[in-house]
Amino acid sequence: MSASNEVATRSSESIVEQALDTTLRAGADSADIVLVRGRSLEARVRDETVEFVKQAQEQVLGIRVLMQGEGGMKTAVTSTSDLATPAIEQMARETVALARATEADPAAGLPEDGFATHLPDLNLVEPSDRDTQVDVRIEDARAAERAARAYDERITNSEGSQVGSDFSTIAYGNSNGFVGQYESASHSLFSEPIAGSGENMQRDYWMTAARKLAELDSPEEVGSLAAERAVRRLNARQVSTTVVPVIFESMLAAGLIRQLAALVSGYSVYRESSFLCDKLGEVIAAPSVTIIDDGRLPGGLGSKPFDGEGLPTRRNVLVENGKLNTWLLDSYSGRKLGFPSTGNASRGAGSPPGVGTTNLWLEPGNESLDDIIARTDRGLLVTELLGMGFNPVTGDYSRGAAGLWIEGGEIAYPVEEITIAGHFGKMLEEIDAIGSELLWMGSVAAPAVRIASMTVAGE
Amino acid sequence: MAEQDKDSALTFFQDRYELDESRLSDVLDTTLEREVDYADLYFEYSTQDSVAIEEGIVKSGSRHLEQGVGVRAVCGERQGYAHSDEINPASMQLAANTARSISQNSAKQGAVAVGRGNDAVSNLYPVAMSPTDVAVEQKIDLISQMDIYARAIDPRIKQVSASVITQHRSILIANSDGQLVGDVQPLVRLNIQLLVEDAKLGTREMGYQGMGGRYEFEKLTSPDMWKPLVDEAARVAILNLGAEDCPAGAMNVVLGPGWPGILLHEAIGHGLEGDFNRKGTSAFSEMLGKRVASEGVTVVDDGTLAHRRGSINVDDEGTPSKKNVLIDDGILVGYMTDRLNARLMGTEPTGNGRRESYADLPMPRMTNTFMLAGEEDPADVLSSVDNGIYAVSFGGGQVDITSGKFVFSVSEAYKIENGRVGAPVKGATLIGNGPDVLKRVSRIGNDLELDQGVGTCGKDGQSVPVGVGLPTIRLDQITVGGTQG
Repeated sequence: MSASNEVATRSSESIVEQALDTTLRAGADSADIVLVRGRSLEARVRDETVEFVKQAQEQVLGIRVLMQGEGGMKTAVTSTSDLATPAIEQMARETVALARATEADPAAGLPEDGFATHLPDLNLVEPSDRDTQVDVRIEDARAAERAARAYDERITNSEGSQVGSDFSTIAYGNSNGFVGQYESASHSLFSEPIAGSGENMQRDYWMTAARKLAELDSPEEVGSLAAERAVRRLNARQVSTTVVPVIFESMLAAGLIRQLAALVSGYSVYRESSFLCDKLGEVIAAPSVTIIDDGRLPGGLGSKPFDGEGLPTRRNVLVENGKLNTWLLDSYSGRKLGFPSTGNASRGAGSPPGVGTTNLWLEPGNESLDDIIARTDRGLLVTELLGMGFNPVTGDYSRGAAGLWIEGGEIAYPVEEITIAGHFGKMLEEIDAIGSELLWMGSVAAPAVRIASMTVAGE
Repeated sequence: MAEQDKDSALTFFQDRYELDESRLSDVLDTTLEREVDYADLYFEYSTQDSVAIEEGIVKSGSRHLEQGVGVRAVCGERQGYAHSDEINPASMQLAANTARSISQNSAKQGAVAVGRGNDAVSNLYPVAMSPTDVAVEQKIDLISQMDIYARAIDPRIKQVSASVITQHRSILIANSDGQLVGDVQPLVRLNIQLLVEDAKLGTREMGYQGMGGRYEFEKLTSPDMWKPLVDEAARVAILNLGAEDCPAGAMNVVLGPGWPGILLHEAIGHGLEGDFNRKGTSAFSEMLGKRVASEGVTVVDDGTLAHRRGSINVDDEGTPSKKNVLIDDGILVGYMTDRLNARLMGTEPTGNGRRESYADLPMPRMTNTFMLAGEEDPADVLSSVDNGIYAVSFGGGQVDITSGKFVFSVSEAYKIENGRVGAPVKGATLIGNGPDVLKRVSRIGNDLELDQGVGTCGKDGQSVPVGVGLPTIRLDQITVGGTQG
């Protein structure tokens, strides 16, 4: 029996405990360990052909060492995918040496207390899904591909339909006494058909993702929605440069909410790299805007019982009726800003803790997207954004876009090769309609939103 | 010879994991028990280190070790892939059994005889000392000096952060043709980021610069290297403090040399990757031999430039890198391919089969993509434009391969008024159509520059280091996105 098989049969918590012990014995003043182990499969079908099937077993162990220095702690982080005892011992020694070489930071350190004591079952995995054969998932991809190609004769080609399933165990422990682990899974299906041909060719996509296979949207729904989106983009044109109301589809509104969350992350705030860094407690958005982050939604793709530092996850109302209520914090950025952690530490095995969202959403309004379009005399419904034209320091926002032009409250024709621009702060204040339908894109959700005016640049 | 052997990827893998020729042949034989066209094994061992300074404190150091093996079986256009982060006979056999399941038919193919093998014949990036072997104290010293120097440049500089990242990546590829080839790929990167504030104007801006490549860490420590980098970050950040909002609409645009070559990468490079063209999903499909750019426009993808970030001795399928001409005097003459797409398209692999790591399937990817120099004085190119935008540097970009639409964000730009460079503008985005944009090139400068070694390209979730380059060029009537209608 090889050394690796010994590792495979041990529980994640016990590996974490042993690695923690090894690290402290190597001389660390305090330390934490994170272990991610998982297995994944991915497959893509294009037309009737299985393009690839990919399967893997993965494991990675992260070590963070803190050494007492003058006026603060010195920190180093390392990771290794080799979990054999000698490899961990060597990594622990190297981490201690590396931490000694860095400088003392008054804000560095583990959380003192407040660790998660009760770990609720958040419904993050369906045990019977573990036995699912790869062929079953491939059939999902085939069904989506067929539905996309059958939707309309103008669907001529595709980049394929892809499925993924992964199961992982995340374990975390630190020298202040916390050790815990949880299991989770995620499954997805993505379809990307192509409509048209030659110089008039358009792609688009649709997807579904969930913790449990049974909660995925049907492959037929995913494929035909993707096809509908691609077809409606055919024969797109440019428009003349103008200033109009701009409606963000749910999927893209979710992107705006994600950007807002990055602007209120403790790290952006203490580094002053967010234009919102001095706006805590102030009104930053229209009164209809309420944004929530909740790490404990049952079955949520962003749910977890404890965060990347062992603190309990919770519900945080970031923006309440337009007012900025709180920053998103881990213990480090919290110390920098004088607040306790909000339970938003995210931690990959290969990186120090940072701030991340859990399940993040914009509270829906009570108007359907159709109604919002109907009361837009002339404007743009954005269905795709391209590029990274956003400056978080100034709030300047300018991105490539494609979508549907609205005339007289109705969809008139598709548009592309345009940009939409504005100031992010002003965009938040000018949200004048919020849709009623909340659409989850992974762990972020939003209904459609309308922004009263943005510059649309074209011909 | 003995000198070379010490750093050989082949020797490293043989010693560390006992991967001799017969063991490799055994695993390949397992995949070939099914009817497959081709199989390969990809081994990787990489170390990445970084240290960063922020608020004048070297807050953290990091070191990451990654090892693993990926086994691939190719059957027509189908690929089976399995990878493991353990490299031992059991995990390799398991991966081979999983990968070959892409093919249902059994076959009795002749046993593979993996050759003696060697590292890539040429070495484009020999280093006296691996950058990850340099003591962390030396790296800390460098970023600390940069921090002190930056703070003294201008009182408007409020925050400074600097980091150095070093990487040492060894790869070994064995395939069913009996090839066995290894490579050792060093990589260094230095970053500086500054936050500046003008209290009077009430404005804040960020300035960022980076550089790097496949060379010794030592080279970065020269003040001739890092001081201009810090100066440039400060200059651009302070410039943008007083920048006006960018005008919007279609206008003539002059692109400066170097990093604006990202235009080529986004607008046409991705569209010329073999996978999209084989499937007919690229706006450039079926355009081989056709005019896609103005006369005088020649674009190459060259993985063979010494010490460049985008260079590779061999690609991640073992094919030696090449200098590939993509557009010759305005005519589309070649696509970039990996083995699978080359075989299916009936062409030769171009040395562009790359992957982020052992956990990924290879795909056609760019290396260093640039336009060759023209003959014009860059000053004449600028003065030829009455009114427009002079774009000197860019942030990121993105392309929709199928519709051909691309976009990129400008990080340093000026108005051109009556043929002269005027006030700085901010927040501009350029958008256009790939198959069309290079037909809008009306003047080409004689000042080709390659970027400073900061490019990272993302495709299908995989990131690989790349380079870009451009001489000063003029583009007629491109859509500029801004807020000032």
